[in-house]
Amino acid sequence: MDRDVKISARNVNFYYGKTQALKDISIDIFQKKVTALIGPSGCGKSTFIRLLNRMNDLIPGARVEGRILMDGADINHPKTDVVSLRRKVGMVFQNPNPFPKSIFDNLAYGLRIGGVRDRGFIERKVVDSLKKAALYEDVKDRLHDSALMLSGGQQQRLCIARCLVVEPEVILFDEPAASLDPISTRKIEELVLELKEEYTIVIVTHNMQQAARVSDYTAFMYLGRLIEYGDTERIFTVPREKMTEEYLSGRFG
Amino acid sequence: MRHFKETLYRWVFTILAFASLLFLVGIILTLFRESYPLLAGHNLHDIVFGRFWYPTYDPPEFGMFPLIIASFVVTFGAMAVSVPIGVGTALFLNELASESQRAVLKPVIEILAGIPSIVYGFFGMIIVAPFIQNLLDIPTGLNAFTASLVLGIMATPTVASLAEDAVSFVPRSYREASLALGANRWQTLIRVVVPAAGSGISTAIILGIGRAVGETMTVLMVAGGAAAIPASLFDPVRPMTATIAAEMGEAVMGSAHYHALFAVGLILFLITLVINIFAEIISRRFRLKLGLGR
Repeated sequence: MDRDVKISARNVNFYYGKTQALKDISIDIFQKKVTALIGPSGCGKSTFIRLLNRMNDLIPGARVEGRILMDGADINHPKTDVVSLRRKVGMVFQNPNPFPKSIFDNLAYGLRIGGVRDRGFIERKVVDSLKKAALYEDVKDRLHDSALMLSGGQQQRLCIARCLVVEPEVILFDEPAASLDPISTRKIEELVLELKEEYTIVIVTHNMQQAARVSDYTAFMYLGRLIEYGDTERIFTVPREKMTEEYLSGRFG
Repeated sequence: MRHFKETLYRWVFTILAFASLLFLVGIILTLFRESYPLLAGHNLHDIVFGRFWYPTYDPPEFGMFPLIIASFVVTFGAMAVSVPIGVGTALFLNELASESQRAVLKPVIEILAGIPSIVYGFFGMIIVAPFIQNLLDIPTGLNAFTASLVLGIMATPTVASLAEDAVSFVPRSYREASLALGANRWQTLIRVVVPAAGSGISTAIILGIGRAVGETMTVLMVAGGAAAIPASLFDPVRPMTATIAAEMGEAVMGSAHYHALFAVGLILFLITLVINIFAEIISRRFRLKLGLGR
């Protein structure tokens, strides 16, 4: 069976202060598959993936109800170590956000904060990760130049590489191509398809075609609710919910 | 008619805008002209490195080294106080403070910045100097140490608010990226936020130095006023600014002493000019580094 559940959310509610942003979300995310979250702006898709690595902890007044299990363990349990959770669940953000450091130091960062000192090991991991992110050929001669010199698409691949260095199990993509041109977007999509061989991927996207191209499963969200979830092909061909159909046919959103 | 009005406005605003340039040129010319008689009559090296400042003796001596060294000692002493407190405050405000703590601290810093320097001087003279004198059992509390301390407290709000700006310019996305990689807040602060704000913080420090170098009232009141090279931090000193303020009133206009005080002013001006140029270069580099454009 190649449908092992990696993450399972059960009856999740999420509040920003008094505003409820997520309503009773239950979803299973499968191992080494790509799951796309689609829906109009403000539907809660970004909020949801930021629960999976507890980035919402940073927001004052935020509150979660329900349970989110990863490999069977509750990630919101008081004893869960957020640091190790975040090392297991990497994240790539909407706008490329490399640090104002060299390409090498950007990648080495995740290892160094984890206490790795072995230079040889760091170098190997940096090169490996750059290769996996299809960036090595572009930057191999200028690893010590500032990462901010790269183009937007290269910066985003750098951010993906940075995330791979710490060997995550899950990678969350929050609209990774929203600020990129079509060619860079295609490269990111190709990368996502390669990465799913090794990683469980959750991708939030605005772009329905993108969801259709890269994902195995698609979840459609609307106003904080999960409306429909299933095989991407099925969702896009025979949606069960009227609202999904209307969204996919461009009638709203 | 309309065209005429527009041209008129244009000229009026152009002139207003260039007025500062005019003032600057005027000040520089005056400083050079008034210090020239002294500079022409003496070797520059003797003036800057001369050990004796006896402007009213016969013949007078115009060695400015004691004044320059006093300014340096007091300024660096002040930085030793204001940099840790100011930068620490900036980091605390940005990274750790709760909303309510911020709501209290930020106005407090602004008020501190707005206190007239004579009040600081008064405070230093009446409270700090006797305290230091009794505490350390030394002949006078009016010395380089006390001046550094008071000046440091005075420069702290400058350093704190500029450093706070620098830290708050660091994009949120850097912090998020760092935290998402499993860094804790402390690692994020030290390895990402501070380096990214580094040159902005340096600018804050340099401008703090500028503030301390140029401050007059406080040092006049608490530095002790002895124009001699200090043997220790606890000796009275007379920084350049205090010298000018104290002696200008008694120097006969057009006398050698008068010109010598202008020369002190010229050197002070050149020092602050260099400081400002450094601050500008560094802050430009900072903006480029964060991709904020030129």
